[in-house]
Amino acid sequence: MIDVDIEQRLGRFELKVAFRAEAPIVGLFGRSGSGKTSLVNALAGTSRPHRGHIVINAETLFDSERGIDLPPDKRRLGYVFQDGLLFPHLDVESNLLYGLRRVPAAARVIDPAHVIQLLGLKSLLGRLPDKLSGGEKQRVAIGRALLAQPRLLLMDEPLASLDVPRQSEVLRYIEQLRDDLHIPIVYVSHAVGEITRLADTVVLLADGSALASGPVDEVMGRIDLRPHTGRYESGSVFETVVAAHDLVYGLTTLRFEGGELIVPNVEALVGERVRVRIRARDVALALARPAGLSVLNVLPATLVAIAAEEGPIVDVQLKVGQLPLAARITRRSAHELALREGQQVYALIKAVSLDRRSVGYA
Amino acid sequence: MPSGAEFGIIVLSLKVALVGVVFSLAPAIFFAYVLARADFPGKTMLDALVHLPLVLPPVVVGFALLLLFGRHGVFGAWLADWFGIVFAFRWTGAALAAAIMGFPLMVRAIRLSIAAIDRRLETVARTLGGSRAWVFASITLPLAMPGIVTGALLSFARSLGEFGATITFVSNIPGETETLPLAIYTFVQTPGGDAQALRLSLFAVVLSIAALIASEWLTRRSRKSKGGDDRR
Repeated sequence: MIDVDIEQRLGRFELKVAFRAEAPIVGLFGRSGSGKTSLVNALAGTSRPHRGHIVINAETLFDSERGIDLPPDKRRLGYVFQDGLLFPHLDVESNLLYGLRRVPAAARVIDPAHVIQLLGLKSLLGRLPDKLSGGEKQRVAIGRALLAQPRLLLMDEPLASLDVPRQSEVLRYIEQLRDDLHIPIVYVSHAVGEITRLADTVVLLADGSALASGPVDEVMGRIDLRPHTGRYESGSVFETVVAAHDLVYGLTTLRFEGGELIVPNVEALVGERVRVRIRARDVALALARPAGLSVLNVLPATLVAIAAEEGPIVDVQLKVGQLPLAARITRRSAHELALREGQQVYALIKAVSLDRRSVGYA
Repeated sequence: MPSGAEFGIIVLSLKVALVGVVFSLAPAIFFAYVLARADFPGKTMLDALVHLPLVLPPVVVGFALLLLFGRHGVFGAWLADWFGIVFAFRWTGAALAAAIMGFPLMVRAIRLSIAAIDRRLETVARTLGGSRAWVFASITLPLAMPGIVTGALLSFARSLGEFGATITFVSNIPGETETLPLAIYTFVQTPGGDAQALRLSLFAVVLSIAALIASEWLTRRSRKSKGGDDRR
Protein backbone atom coordinates (compact mmCIF):
# COMPACT_ATOMS: atom_id res chain seq x y z
CA MET A 1 0.00 0.00 0.00
CA ILE A 2 1.40 3.33 -1.05
CA ASP A 3 -0.15 6.34 0.61
CA VAL A 4 1.17 9.67 -0.59
CA ASP A 5 -0.08 13.14 0.17
CA ILE A 6 2.54 15.81 -0.30
CA GLU A 7 2.99 19.44 -1.20
CA GLN A 8 6.26 20.81 -2.39
CA ARG A 9 7.33 24.00 -4.05
CA LEU A 10 10.21 23.68 -6.50
CA GLY A 11 11.01 27.08 -7.91
CA ARG A 12 7.91 28.06 -9.84
CA PHE A 13 6.63 24.53 -10.04
CA GLU A 14 4.22 23.34 -7.42
CA LEU A 15 3.90 19.66 -6.69
CA LYS A 16 0.68 18.78 -4.93
CA VAL A 17 0.02 15.10 -5.14
CA ALA A 18 -2.27 12.84 -3.18
CA PHE A 19 -3.09 9.25 -3.99
CA ARG A 20 -3.34 5.80 -2.52
CA ALA A 21 -2.50 2.76 -4.53
CA GLU A 22 -2.21 -0.90 -3.81
CA ALA A 23 -0.84 -3.12 -6.52
CA PRO A 24 2.13 -5.22 -7.54
CA ILE A 25 2.98 -2.52 -10.06
CA VAL A 26 1.80 1.05 -9.71
CA GLY A 27 2.31 3.17 -12.81
CA LEU A 28 3.03 6.85 -12.48
CA PHE A 29 2.03 8.24 -15.81
CA GLY A 30 2.35 11.77 -17.13
CA ARG A 31 3.89 13.91 -19.80
CA SER A 32 7.33 15.35 -19.25
CA GLY A 33 7.07 18.27 -16.88
CA SER A 34 4.06 16.80 -15.11
CA GLY A 35 6.05 16.26 -11.92
CA LYS A 36 6.90 12.56 -12.18
CA THR A 37 10.55 12.90 -11.32
CA SER A 38 9.87 15.44 -8.57
CA LEU A 39 7.47 12.98 -7.03
CA VAL A 40 9.98 10.15 -7.30
CA ASN A 41 12.65 12.31 -5.66
CA ALA A 42 10.31 13.07 -2.80
CA LEU A 43 9.58 9.35 -2.42
CA ALA A 44 13.28 8.46 -2.47
CA GLY A 45 14.08 11.15 0.05
CA THR A 46 16.42 13.16 -2.12
CA SER A 47 14.15 16.18 -1.90
CA ARG A 48 11.92 17.27 0.91
CA PRO A 49 8.24 18.23 0.63
CA HIS A 50 7.15 21.05 2.90
CA ARG A 51 3.97 19.33 3.96
CA GLY A 52 2.34 15.92 3.94
CA HIS A 53 3.18 12.30 4.41
CA ILE A 54 4.58 9.31 2.56
CA VAL A 55 3.66 5.89 3.90
CA ILE A 56 4.75 2.69 2.22
CA ASN A 57 3.59 -0.68 3.47
CA ALA A 58 2.56 0.82 6.82
CA GLU A 59 6.04 2.33 7.25
CA THR A 60 6.10 6.11 7.51
CA LEU A 61 8.98 7.51 5.49
CA PHE A 62 7.97 11.11 5.75
CA ASP A 63 5.47 12.98 7.86
CA SER A 64 5.78 16.72 8.25
CA GLU A 65 3.44 16.84 11.23
CA ARG A 66 5.15 14.13 13.20
CA GLY A 67 8.55 15.40 12.17
CA ILE A 68 9.55 12.18 10.43
CA ASP A 69 11.93 12.41 7.49
CA LEU A 70 13.98 9.29 6.89
CA PRO A 71 17.22 9.92 4.97
CA PRO A 72 17.51 8.15 1.58
CA ASP A 73 19.72 5.40 2.96
CA LYS A 74 17.14 4.47 5.59
CA ARG A 75 14.12 4.41 3.26
CA ARG A 76 15.09 1.22 1.51
CA LEU A 77 13.56 2.09 -1.84
CA GLY A 78 15.41 0.63 -4.80
CA TYR A 79 15.73 3.59 -7.12
CA VAL A 80 16.41 2.69 -10.77
CA PHE A 81 17.26 5.74 -12.85
CA GLN A 82 16.63 6.40 -16.52
CA ASP A 83 20.20 5.84 -17.58
CA GLY A 84 21.22 3.13 -15.15
CA LEU A 85 23.90 5.20 -13.44
CA LEU A 86 26.23 2.34 -12.65
CA PHE A 87 29.29 3.26 -10.64
CA PRO A 88 31.89 3.62 -13.39
CA HIS A 89 34.87 2.63 -11.23
CA LEU A 90 33.36 -0.65 -10.06
CA ASP A 91 32.81 -3.83 -12.06
CA VAL A 92 29.36 -5.34 -12.49
CA GLU A 93 29.72 -7.62 -9.49
CA SER A 94 30.79 -4.82 -7.14
CA ASN A 95 27.98 -2.66 -8.48
CA LEU A 96 25.48 -5.42 -7.77
CA LEU A 97 26.76 -5.98 -4.25
CA TYR A 98 27.11 -2.30 -3.33
CA GLY A 99 23.74 -2.11 -1.61
CA LEU A 100 23.72 -5.69 -0.35
CA ARG A 101 26.87 -5.09 1.66
CA ARG A 102 25.10 -2.36 3.65
CA VAL A 103 22.33 -4.74 4.69
CA PRO A 104 22.73 -6.93 7.79
CA ALA A 105 22.96 -10.62 6.92
CA ALA A 106 19.70 -11.45 8.72
CA ALA A 107 17.75 -8.99 6.57
CA ARG A 108 18.95 -10.40 3.25
CA VAL A 109 15.95 -12.01 1.64
CA ILE A 110 16.72 -11.48 -2.03
CA ASP A 111 19.61 -13.71 -2.93
CA PRO A 112 22.39 -12.52 -5.30
CA ALA A 113 22.60 -15.83 -7.15
CA HIS A 114 18.88 -15.74 -7.81
CA VAL A 115 18.92 -12.16 -9.08
CA ILE A 116 21.97 -12.81 -11.26
CA GLN A 117 20.20 -15.78 -12.81
CA LEU A 118 16.88 -13.96 -13.14
CA LEU A 119 18.39 -10.97 -14.93
CA GLY A 120 20.89 -13.03 -16.92
CA LEU A 121 23.94 -11.26 -15.52
CA LYS A 122 26.29 -14.16 -14.95
CA SER A 123 28.51 -13.54 -17.96
CA LEU A 124 28.78 -9.82 -17.19
CA LEU A 125 30.06 -9.98 -13.60
CA GLY A 126 33.69 -9.12 -14.26
CA ARG A 127 33.03 -6.32 -16.72
CA LEU A 128 33.18 -2.60 -16.19
CA PRO A 129 30.04 -0.56 -16.92
CA ASP A 130 31.38 1.20 -20.01
CA LYS A 131 31.78 -2.19 -21.68
CA LEU A 132 28.06 -2.95 -21.38
CA SER A 133 25.20 -2.27 -23.78
CA GLY A 134 22.34 -0.02 -22.70
CA GLY A 135 20.05 -2.95 -21.93
CA GLU A 136 22.74 -4.73 -19.95
CA LYS A 137 23.45 -1.59 -17.92
CA GLN A 138 19.80 -1.23 -17.08
CA ARG A 139 19.56 -4.88 -16.03
CA VAL A 140 22.56 -4.46 -13.74
CA ALA A 141 21.01 -1.29 -12.30
CA ILE A 142 17.80 -3.18 -11.57
CA GLY A 143 19.73 -6.03 -9.97
CA ARG A 144 21.76 -3.62 -7.88
CA ALA A 145 18.59 -1.94 -6.61
CA LEU A 146 17.00 -5.32 -5.86
CA LEU A 147 19.96 -6.59 -3.88
CA ALA A 148 19.81 -3.60 -1.55
CA GLN A 149 16.75 -5.49 -0.25
CA PRO A 150 14.27 -2.69 -0.90
CA ARG A 151 10.68 -2.73 0.33
CA LEU A 152 9.75 -1.19 -3.00
CA LEU A 153 11.37 -0.74 -6.39
CA LEU A 154 11.22 2.77 -7.80
CA MET A 155 11.77 2.82 -11.55
CA ASP A 156 12.03 6.20 -13.21
CA GLU A 157 11.65 5.78 -16.98
CA PRO A 158 13.94 2.76 -16.97
CA LEU A 159 13.49 2.21 -20.70
CA ALA A 160 13.77 5.80 -21.86
CA SER A 161 17.39 5.61 -22.94
CA LEU A 162 17.07 2.25 -24.72
CA ASP A 163 16.25 1.37 -28.31
CA VAL A 164 13.14 -0.67 -29.04
CA PRO A 165 14.65 -4.19 -29.03
CA ARG A 166 16.45 -3.44 -25.72
CA GLN A 167 13.22 -2.05 -24.32
CA SER A 168 11.33 -5.26 -24.83
CA GLU A 169 14.29 -7.23 -23.47
CA VAL A 170 14.26 -5.23 -20.23
CA LEU A 171 10.44 -5.22 -20.05
CA ARG A 172 10.45 -9.01 -20.14
CA TYR A 173 12.90 -9.06 -17.22
CA ILE A 174 10.79 -6.62 -15.21
CA GLU A 175 7.74 -8.81 -15.76
CA GLN A 176 9.73 -11.79 -14.59
CA LEU A 177 10.85 -10.19 -11.37
CA ARG A 178 7.38 -9.01 -10.60
CA ASP A 179 6.16 -12.61 -10.87
CA ASP A 180 9.17 -14.11 -9.14
CA LEU A 181 10.12 -11.84 -6.29
CA HIS A 182 6.75 -10.33 -5.40
CA ILE A 183 8.34 -6.98 -4.83
CA PRO A 184 6.06 -3.99 -5.34
CA ILE A 185 7.16 -1.63 -8.08
CA VAL A 186 6.42 2.01 -8.75
CA TYR A 187 6.94 2.41 -12.45
CA VAL A 188 7.27 5.92 -13.83
CA SER A 189 6.79 6.51 -17.53
CA HIS A 190 5.39 8.78 -20.16
CA ALA A 191 4.85 5.84 -22.51
CA VAL A 192 1.30 4.47 -22.47
CA GLY A 193 2.53 1.16 -23.88
CA GLU A 194 4.82 0.49 -20.94
CA ILE A 195 2.28 1.56 -18.35
CA THR A 196 -0.55 -0.51 -19.76
CA ARG A 197 1.65 -3.53 -20.27
CA LEU A 198 3.12 -3.51 -16.76
CA ALA A 199 0.98 -1.59 -14.33
CA ASP A 200 -2.11 -2.73 -12.51
CA THR A 201 -2.91 0.59 -10.95
CA VAL A 202 -2.06 3.88 -12.53
CA VAL A 203 -1.70 7.37 -11.13
CA LEU A 204 -2.14 10.04 -13.76
CA LEU A 205 -0.03 13.13 -13.14
CA ALA A 206 -0.47 16.49 -14.80
CA ASP A 207 0.88 19.90 -13.81
CA GLY A 208 2.20 18.64 -10.52
CA SER A 209 -0.94 16.97 -9.24
CA ALA A 210 -2.58 13.56 -9.43
CA LEU A 211 -5.60 13.86 -11.72
CA ALA A 212 -6.79 10.32 -11.30
CA SER A 213 -5.74 7.01 -9.89
CA GLY A 214 -7.21 3.55 -10.20
CA PRO A 215 -7.09 0.40 -12.32
CA VAL A 216 -5.17 0.96 -15.54
CA ASP A 217 -8.01 0.21 -17.95
CA GLU A 218 -10.38 2.42 -16.02
CA VAL A 219 -8.13 5.47 -15.87
CA MET A 220 -6.60 5.13 -19.31
CA GLY A 221 -9.98 4.43 -20.86
CA ARG A 222 -11.66 7.56 -19.54
CA ILE A 223 -12.60 9.90 -22.34
CA ASP A 224 -12.40 13.02 -20.14
CA LEU A 225 -8.71 12.30 -19.41
CA ARG A 226 -7.82 12.06 -23.10
CA PRO A 227 -5.97 15.39 -23.14
CA HIS A 228 -3.55 13.89 -20.63
CA THR A 229 -3.39 10.27 -21.67
CA GLY A 230 -3.03 11.26 -25.29
CA ARG A 231 -5.30 10.75 -28.26
CA TYR A 232 -3.15 8.69 -30.55
CA GLU A 233 -2.25 6.12 -27.97
CA SER A 234 -5.67 5.65 -26.48
CA GLY A 235 -6.85 2.11 -26.07
CA SER A 236 -8.10 -0.46 -23.62
CA VAL A 237 -6.48 -3.18 -21.63
CA PHE A 238 -7.93 -6.66 -21.24
CA GLU A 239 -6.77 -9.06 -18.57
CA THR A 240 -7.03 -12.48 -20.15
CA VAL A 241 -6.07 -16.11 -19.66
CA VAL A 242 -4.62 -18.28 -22.39
CA ALA A 243 -7.41 -20.68 -23.34
CA ALA A 244 -6.02 -22.57 -26.34
CA HIS A 245 -3.36 -22.59 -29.01
CA ASP A 246 -4.18 -23.20 -32.63
CA LEU A 247 -1.01 -24.81 -33.89
CA VAL A 248 -2.18 -25.10 -37.49
CA TYR A 249 -2.76 -21.38 -37.95
CA GLY A 250 -0.42 -20.17 -35.25
CA LEU A 251 -3.11 -18.42 -33.28
CA THR A 252 -3.87 -18.20 -29.58
CA THR A 253 -7.28 -17.87 -27.99
CA LEU A 254 -7.43 -15.68 -24.93
CA ARG A 255 -10.39 -15.78 -22.57
CA PHE A 256 -11.65 -12.85 -20.58
CA GLU A 257 -14.76 -12.14 -18.58
CA GLY A 258 -17.48 -12.10 -21.17
CA GLY A 259 -15.74 -13.37 -24.26
CA GLU A 260 -12.72 -14.55 -26.17
CA LEU A 261 -10.05 -12.89 -28.26
CA ILE A 262 -8.03 -14.50 -31.02
CA VAL A 263 -4.51 -13.15 -31.41
CA PRO A 264 -1.36 -14.22 -33.24
CA ASN A 265 0.67 -16.83 -31.41
CA VAL A 266 1.47 -15.89 -27.79
CA GLU A 267 4.38 -17.64 -26.14
CA ALA A 268 2.57 -18.56 -22.95
CA LEU A 269 1.17 -21.77 -21.57
CA VAL A 270 -2.55 -22.51 -21.43
CA GLY A 271 -3.86 -21.06 -18.17
CA GLU A 272 -1.26 -18.29 -17.94
CA ARG A 273 -2.42 -14.72 -17.49
CA VAL A 274 -1.82 -12.40 -20.38
CA ARG A 275 -2.62 -8.74 -20.75
CA VAL A 276 -3.74 -7.38 -24.10
CA ARG A 277 -3.88 -3.80 -25.10
CA ILE A 278 -6.32 -2.93 -27.84
CA ARG A 279 -5.81 0.42 -29.52
CA ALA A 280 -9.03 2.34 -30.02
CA ARG A 281 -8.27 2.92 -33.70
CA ASP A 282 -8.08 -0.85 -34.26
CA VAL A 283 -11.68 -1.31 -33.16
CA ALA A 284 -14.44 -1.03 -35.78
CA LEU A 285 -18.17 -1.08 -35.07
CA ALA A 286 -21.11 -2.84 -36.72
CA LEU A 287 -24.81 -2.70 -35.89
CA ALA A 288 -25.44 -6.34 -36.84
CA ARG A 289 -23.13 -9.33 -36.73
CA PRO A 290 -21.42 -9.16 -40.11
CA ALA A 291 -20.91 -12.21 -42.30
CA GLY A 292 -18.24 -12.93 -44.88
CA LEU A 293 -15.57 -10.99 -42.99
CA SER A 294 -11.87 -11.55 -42.47
CA VAL A 295 -11.98 -10.06 -38.98
CA LEU A 296 -11.69 -12.87 -36.44
CA ASN A 297 -12.82 -11.05 -33.33
CA VAL A 298 -16.45 -9.99 -33.35
CA LEU A 299 -17.50 -9.06 -29.83
CA PRO A 300 -21.05 -8.13 -28.79
CA ALA A 301 -20.84 -4.88 -26.87
CA THR A 302 -22.90 -2.15 -25.28
CA LEU A 303 -22.28 1.45 -26.22
CA VAL A 304 -21.64 3.42 -23.05
CA ALA A 305 -20.59 6.87 -24.22
CA ILE A 306 -19.81 8.87 -27.31
CA ALA A 307 -17.49 11.83 -26.98
CA ALA A 308 -19.10 14.92 -28.41
CA GLU A 309 -16.36 16.16 -30.66
CA GLU A 310 -16.18 18.56 -33.57
CA GLY A 311 -13.32 17.07 -35.56
CA PRO A 312 -13.38 14.18 -38.01
CA ILE A 313 -12.77 11.60 -35.29
CA VAL A 314 -15.02 10.40 -32.49
CA ASP A 315 -14.12 8.29 -29.48
CA VAL A 316 -16.67 5.73 -28.43
CA GLN A 317 -16.73 3.94 -25.12
CA LEU A 318 -18.01 0.38 -25.14
CA LYS A 319 -18.49 -2.36 -22.65
CA VAL A 320 -17.74 -5.96 -23.57
CA GLY A 321 -19.12 -8.06 -20.75
CA GLN A 322 -17.76 -6.10 -17.81
CA LEU A 323 -14.66 -4.76 -19.57
CA PRO A 324 -14.47 -1.25 -20.99
CA LEU A 325 -13.35 -1.07 -24.62
CA ALA A 326 -12.55 2.13 -26.47
CA ALA A 327 -13.22 2.50 -30.18
CA ARG A 328 -12.23 5.30 -32.50
CA ILE A 329 -14.29 5.92 -35.61
CA THR A 330 -15.02 8.82 -37.94
CA ARG A 331 -17.74 11.26 -37.03
CA ARG A 332 -19.37 10.42 -40.32
CA SER A 333 -19.66 6.72 -39.40
CA ALA A 334 -21.07 7.59 -36.00
CA HIS A 335 -23.63 9.76 -37.74
CA GLU A 336 -24.55 7.26 -40.47
CA LEU A 337 -24.93 4.41 -38.00
CA ALA A 338 -26.95 6.73 -35.75
CA LEU A 339 -24.99 5.56 -32.74
CA ARG A 340 -26.46 6.40 -29.38
CA GLU A 341 -25.71 5.49 -25.81
CA GLY A 342 -27.12 2.19 -24.54
CA GLN A 343 -27.18 0.67 -28.00
CA GLN A 344 -26.13 -2.93 -28.67
CA VAL A 345 -23.32 -3.12 -31.25
CA TYR A 346 -20.57 -5.43 -32.41
CA ALA A 347 -16.93 -4.52 -31.93
CA LEU A 348 -14.65 -5.79 -34.68
CA ILE A 349 -10.97 -6.29 -33.93
CA LYS A 350 -8.52 -7.70 -36.46
CA ALA A 351 -6.35 -10.34 -34.85
CA VAL A 352 -3.28 -9.04 -36.69
CA SER A 353 -3.62 -5.65 -35.04
CA LEU A 354 -2.89 -7.33 -31.72
CA ASP A 355 0.78 -7.88 -32.37
CA ARG A 356 3.55 -8.91 -30.08
CA ARG A 357 3.95 -5.46 -28.60
CA SER A 358 0.36 -5.22 -27.44
CA VAL A 359 0.43 -8.57 -25.66
CA GLY A 360 2.28 -8.75 -22.37
CA TYR A 361 2.60 -11.27 -19.61
CA ALA A 362 0.46 -10.44 -16.63
CA MET B 1 75.98 12.45 -9.38
CA PRO B 2 75.24 14.90 -6.57
CA SER B 3 77.91 15.36 -3.93
CA GLY B 4 77.18 14.83 -0.23
CA ALA B 5 76.16 18.42 0.39
CA GLU B 6 74.10 18.56 -2.79
CA PHE B 7 72.46 15.29 -1.89
CA GLY B 8 71.48 16.76 1.49
CA ILE B 9 69.88 19.75 -0.22
CA ILE B 10 67.92 17.55 -2.61
CA VAL B 11 66.71 15.26 0.17
CA LEU B 12 65.65 18.26 2.25
CA SER B 13 63.76 19.74 -0.72
CA LEU B 14 61.96 16.46 -1.34
CA LYS B 15 61.16 16.09 2.36
CA VAL B 16 59.78 19.62 2.62
CA ALA B 17 57.64 19.21 -0.51
CA LEU B 18 56.41 15.73 0.42
CA VAL B 19 55.46 16.65 4.00
CA GLY B 20 53.74 19.77 2.74
CA VAL B 21 51.66 17.75 0.25
CA VAL B 22 50.79 14.96 2.69
CA PHE B 23 49.53 17.32 5.36
CA SER B 24 47.59 19.58 3.01
CA LEU B 25 45.85 16.72 1.17
CA ALA B 26 42.99 16.18 3.62
CA PRO B 27 42.16 19.89 4.09
CA ALA B 28 42.42 20.41 0.33
CA ILE B 29 39.92 17.60 -0.34
CA PHE B 30 37.62 19.04 2.31
CA PHE B 31 37.66 22.56 0.86
CA ALA B 32 37.42 21.24 -2.70
CA TYR B 33 34.33 19.22 -1.77
CA VAL B 34 32.73 22.13 0.04
CA LEU B 35 33.42 24.51 -2.83
CA ALA B 36 32.22 22.04 -5.47
CA ARG B 37 29.11 20.79 -3.73
CA ALA B 38 27.87 23.08 -1.00
CA ASP B 39 26.06 26.35 -1.40
CA PHE B 40 26.26 28.77 1.47
CA PRO B 41 26.61 32.48 2.13
CA GLY B 42 30.25 33.53 2.10
CA LYS B 43 31.23 30.88 -0.45
CA THR B 44 32.80 33.50 -2.68
CA MET B 45 34.83 34.75 0.28
CA LEU B 46 36.07 31.26 1.07
CA ASP B 47 36.91 30.71 -2.58
CA ALA B 48 38.91 33.95 -2.63
CA LEU B 49 40.68 33.06 0.61
CA VAL B 50 41.76 29.68 -0.75
CA HIS B 51 43.09 31.33 -3.88
CA LEU B 52 44.90 34.10 -2.04
CA PRO B 53 48.39 32.47 -2.04
CA LEU B 54 48.12 32.17 -5.82
CA VAL B 55 47.70 35.89 -6.38
CA LEU B 56 49.63 37.43 -3.49
CA PRO B 57 53.37 38.05 -3.78
CA PRO B 58 54.99 35.03 -2.07
CA VAL B 59 56.92 37.39 0.19
CA VAL B 60 53.63 38.66 1.58
CA VAL B 61 52.53 35.11 2.32
CA GLY B 62 55.85 34.45 4.02
CA PHE B 63 55.50 37.59 6.08
CA ALA B 64 51.94 36.65 7.07
CA LEU B 65 53.19 33.22 8.11
CA LEU B 66 55.89 34.87 10.17
CA LEU B 67 53.28 36.97 11.95
CA LEU B 68 50.90 34.06 12.52
CA PHE B 69 53.21 31.10 13.01
CA GLY B 70 56.40 32.78 14.18
CA ARG B 71 57.59 31.99 17.69
CA HIS B 72 55.59 34.94 19.00
CA GLY B 73 52.85 34.70 16.43
CA VAL B 74 49.21 34.10 17.34
CA PHE B 75 49.17 30.41 16.41
CA GLY B 76 52.92 29.90 16.62
CA ALA B 77 53.14 30.56 20.36
CA TRP B 78 50.08 28.49 21.06
CA LEU B 79 51.25 25.49 18.98
CA ALA B 80 54.70 25.63 20.58
CA ASP B 81 53.29 25.79 24.13
CA TRP B 82 50.69 23.07 23.76
CA PHE B 83 52.06 20.69 21.19
CA GLY B 84 55.71 21.57 20.99
CA ILE B 85 55.34 22.21 17.28
CA VAL B 86 57.69 24.93 16.13
CA PHE B 87 57.66 26.32 12.59
CA ALA B 88 59.93 29.33 12.85
CA PHE B 89 63.34 28.75 11.26
CA ARG B 90 62.78 25.01 11.01
CA TRP B 91 62.31 22.76 8.00
CA THR B 92 58.71 22.24 9.22
CA GLY B 93 58.18 25.94 8.54
CA ALA B 94 59.46 25.46 5.02
CA ALA B 95 56.98 22.60 4.62
CA LEU B 96 54.17 24.82 5.91
CA ALA B 97 55.11 27.58 3.48
CA ALA B 98 55.25 25.05 0.64
CA ALA B 99 51.88 23.60 1.61
CA ILE B 100 50.22 27.03 1.74
CA MET B 101 51.67 28.07 -1.61
CA GLY B 102 50.61 24.81 -3.29
CA PHE B 103 47.18 24.74 -1.65
CA PRO B 104 45.20 26.70 -4.25
CA LEU B 105 46.55 24.54 -7.08
CA MET B 106 45.63 21.40 -5.20
CA VAL B 107 42.13 22.59 -4.30
CA ARG B 108 41.46 23.72 -7.86
CA ALA B 109 42.39 20.39 -9.42
CA ILE B 110 40.42 18.36 -6.88
CA ARG B 111 37.44 20.68 -7.03
CA LEU B 112 37.23 20.35 -10.80
CA SER B 113 37.24 16.58 -10.65
CA ILE B 114 34.60 16.51 -7.91
CA ALA B 115 32.40 18.92 -9.85
CA ALA B 116 32.66 16.59 -12.85
CA ILE B 117 31.15 13.66 -10.97
CA ASP B 118 27.47 13.07 -11.74
CA ARG B 119 25.78 13.90 -8.44
CA ARG B 120 23.12 11.33 -9.15
CA LEU B 121 25.77 8.64 -8.66
CA GLU B 122 25.98 9.79 -5.05
CA THR B 123 22.19 9.85 -4.85
CA VAL B 124 21.98 6.26 -6.12
CA ALA B 125 24.55 5.22 -3.56
CA ARG B 126 22.51 6.87 -0.80
CA THR B 127 19.32 5.07 -1.88
CA LEU B 128 21.28 1.82 -1.88
CA GLY B 129 21.80 2.27 1.84
CA GLY B 130 25.12 4.11 1.96
CA SER B 131 25.51 6.76 4.65
CA ARG B 132 26.84 10.17 3.64
CA ALA B 133 30.35 9.33 4.84
CA TRP B 134 30.41 5.91 3.20
CA VAL B 135 29.19 7.30 -0.11
CA PHE B 136 31.94 9.90 0.02
CA ALA B 137 34.58 7.26 0.69
CA SER B 138 33.34 4.65 -1.77
CA ILE B 139 32.06 6.78 -4.66
CA THR B 140 33.16 10.42 -4.54
CA LEU B 141 36.75 9.87 -3.48
CA PRO B 142 37.64 7.12 -5.98
CA LEU B 143 35.97 9.02 -8.82
CA ALA B 144 37.86 12.18 -7.89
CA MET B 145 41.16 10.30 -7.75
CA PRO B 146 42.59 11.63 -11.03
CA GLY B 147 42.04 15.16 -9.75
CA ILE B 148 43.54 14.34 -6.37
CA VAL B 149 46.64 12.87 -8.01
CA THR B 150 46.99 15.85 -10.33
CA GLY B 151 46.45 18.29 -7.49
CA ALA B 152 48.99 16.58 -5.26
CA LEU B 153 51.61 16.60 -8.00
CA LEU B 154 50.97 20.21 -8.94
CA SER B 155 51.36 21.18 -5.32
CA PHE B 156 54.49 19.02 -5.03
CA ALA B 157 56.06 20.65 -8.08
CA ARG B 158 55.10 24.10 -6.80
CA SER B 159 56.67 23.23 -3.43
CA LEU B 160 59.97 22.16 -5.02
CA GLY B 161 60.22 25.60 -6.59
CA GLU B 162 59.01 27.58 -3.57
CA PHE B 163 61.31 30.50 -2.81
CA GLY B 164 59.79 33.78 -1.65
CA ALA B 165 57.52 32.64 1.14
CA THR B 166 60.12 30.21 2.43
CA ILE B 167 63.01 32.62 2.62
CA THR B 168 60.79 35.25 4.28
CA PHE B 169 59.29 32.89 6.82
CA VAL B 170 62.11 30.53 7.80
CA SER B 171 65.13 32.28 6.29
CA ASN B 172 67.96 30.45 4.53
CA ILE B 173 69.62 28.12 7.01
CA PRO B 174 71.89 25.46 5.45
CA GLY B 175 70.87 21.97 6.51
CA GLU B 176 67.58 23.17 8.03
CA THR B 177 65.65 25.35 5.60
CA GLU B 178 67.95 25.63 2.60
CA THR B 179 66.00 23.93 -0.18
CA LEU B 180 67.12 23.72 -3.81
CA PRO B 181 65.95 27.16 -4.95
CA LEU B 182 67.42 28.79 -1.86
CA ALA B 183 70.74 27.01 -2.34
CA ILE B 184 70.86 28.03 -6.00
CA TYR B 185 70.17 31.62 -4.96
CA THR B 186 73.01 31.46 -2.41
CA PHE B 187 75.50 30.19 -4.99
CA VAL B 188 74.44 32.81 -7.50
CA GLN B 189 75.08 35.47 -4.88
CA THR B 190 78.52 34.01 -4.06
CA PRO B 191 81.43 35.04 -6.35
CA GLY B 192 82.57 31.98 -8.31
CA GLY B 193 79.49 29.96 -7.34
CA ASP B 194 78.04 29.87 -10.86
CA ALA B 195 79.22 26.33 -11.59
CA GLN B 196 77.59 25.08 -8.38
CA ALA B 197 74.40 26.98 -9.17
CA LEU B 198 74.34 25.38 -12.63
CA ARG B 199 74.78 21.87 -11.20
CA LEU B 200 71.92 22.38 -8.73
CA SER B 201 69.75 23.86 -11.46
CA LEU B 202 70.27 20.69 -13.51
CA PHE B 203 69.15 18.57 -10.56
CA ALA B 204 66.09 20.80 -10.24
CA VAL B 205 65.29 20.18 -13.92
CA VAL B 206 65.68 16.42 -13.45
CA LEU B 207 63.42 16.43 -10.40
CA SER B 208 60.74 18.45 -12.17
CA ILE B 209 60.74 16.17 -15.18
CA ALA B 210 60.57 13.13 -12.91
CA ALA B 211 57.57 14.65 -11.13
CA LEU B 212 55.83 15.30 -14.44
CA ILE B 213 56.43 11.76 -15.65
CA ALA B 214 55.17 10.38 -12.35
CA SER B 215 52.07 12.53 -12.65
CA GLU B 216 51.38 11.30 -16.16
CA TRP B 217 51.88 7.69 -15.11
CA LEU B 218 49.67 8.00 -12.03
CA THR B 219 46.86 9.72 -13.91
CA ARG B 220 46.93 7.03 -16.56
CA ARG B 221 46.88 4.32 -13.94
CA SER B 222 44.00 5.79 -11.97
CA ARG B 223 42.09 6.31 -15.18
CA LYS B 224 42.63 2.71 -16.13
CA SER B 225 41.42 1.39 -12.78
CA LYS B 226 38.49 3.76 -12.98
CA GLY B 227 36.97 2.14 -16.00
CA GLY B 228 39.34 1.66 -18.87
CA ASP B 229 38.91 5.02 -20.46
CA ASP B 230 41.15 4.18 -23.38
CA ARG B 231 40.35 7.30 -25.38
CA ARG B 232 43.54 9.27 -25.54
